[in-house]
Amino acid sequence: MNQNTDSIQAVVTVNKDKVSGGAPIFFARNENELVSVSVSLSKILDSTVHELERGTYILVRHG
Amino acid sequence: MNVLGWLNLPEYIMVILAGVLAGAISRVLLLRIDYRQYPGYPHGYLAHLSLGFIASALGAVAVPAILEPDYTAATFLALAAQQFREIRNIERKTLESLESTELVKRGLDYIEGIARTFEARNYLVMGTAFATSLATQLGGLSAAIITALAALFVCRHFMSGELIGNICDVVPAELSFDGPLLMVDEIGIMNIGLASMREKIVAEGLAVKIIPRDGNARATIHDIGQRNALAFTAAVILGTKKDVDIPEFTPMARKNPDTGDVGLYILPVEKDMERLIAAARLTPVLESARSKPLTAGSVVKAVRKKQAKGGLKK
Repeated sequence: MNQNTDSIQAVVTVNKDKVSGGAPIFFARNENELVSVSVSLSKILDSTVHELERGTYILVRHG
Repeated sequence: MNVLGWLNLPEYIMVILAGVLAGAISRVLLLRIDYRQYPGYPHGYLAHLSLGFIASALGAVAVPAILEPDYTAATFLALAAQQFREIRNIERKTLESLESTELVKRGLDYIEGIARTFEARNYLVMGTAFATSLATQLGGLSAAIITALAALFVCRHFMSGELIGNICDVVPAELSFDGPLLMVDEIGIMNIGLASMREKIVAEGLAVKIIPRDGNARATIHDIGQRNALAFTAAVILGTKKDVDIPEFTPMARKNPDTGDVGLYILPVEKDMERLIAAARLTPVLESARSKPLTAGSVVKAVRKKQAKGGLKK
């Protein structure tokens, strides 16, 4: 936690126009898909789902 | 000593035996199994008991060496110190290598504290053995027994460090969510994205607030290593539902930047508030975290006085 090795593994969003950049981005069609994709990804990537804003989740692996 | 005369034992055998015995007993007593479960295996015990035995032998032999007088022989104590420093390194390395597979980490401060304790305990054992054999030489067996008991008492009572319960109050706290942010009372802990996780945390999680009693305590629990130790102890005692793929359930301690209170959140296997409070109170105050800024007051005052007199540049 304290070694500052946190990294963004993925971004899941329903707002296509809001995100772009380095981390893999997954677009969801609606809120339900947003949650199910995030849950799957968090299990696959062993990371925590954080809510950045409504409709955008980021998956972060903490140190 | 006359009783043993017919056995034709060497002159100092009683002195040495008394010292070794007292030292070995004190090592056994210091090696009681505790809630930190370390060391928890026969091999760990054996390693520490044998080293304790060697330490006590060294301490006990020092008295005849000085009396003989063979002063150069007493310098082997310096060699012993070197050996015990090695123990500290071994302990540290073992714990650090185990740390990577630990779900809830001990933290480097805690590891350093444990390693240092193991080193120091050997010095204690050596001291006990030395004092006891000296007493045997000077005052006979009865003096030896009294000295050994006194030394054991010192080992048990004065060398056991402070606990969080001595410097802080631990009170139950409420888990809630402010948007996605998990809160322990007014302290923000972490951002939880998924609604299902939030529900589970509110339903099954536990939280306490650790309120420092004074500035010294506040500075101590301000230390990240100390807070790590709090979370670790809580996880050991209550269990944790955390797994590799559910990092949301990591026990965490965060502070209120304004008051210095620390909120501890955990998703325990056994939901038992009493035990969580006990776990937080039982957490040792780490040597590296311990700090006493309040006692620095006199130094600060002295500097201010000098400044006022113009002795020091501002």
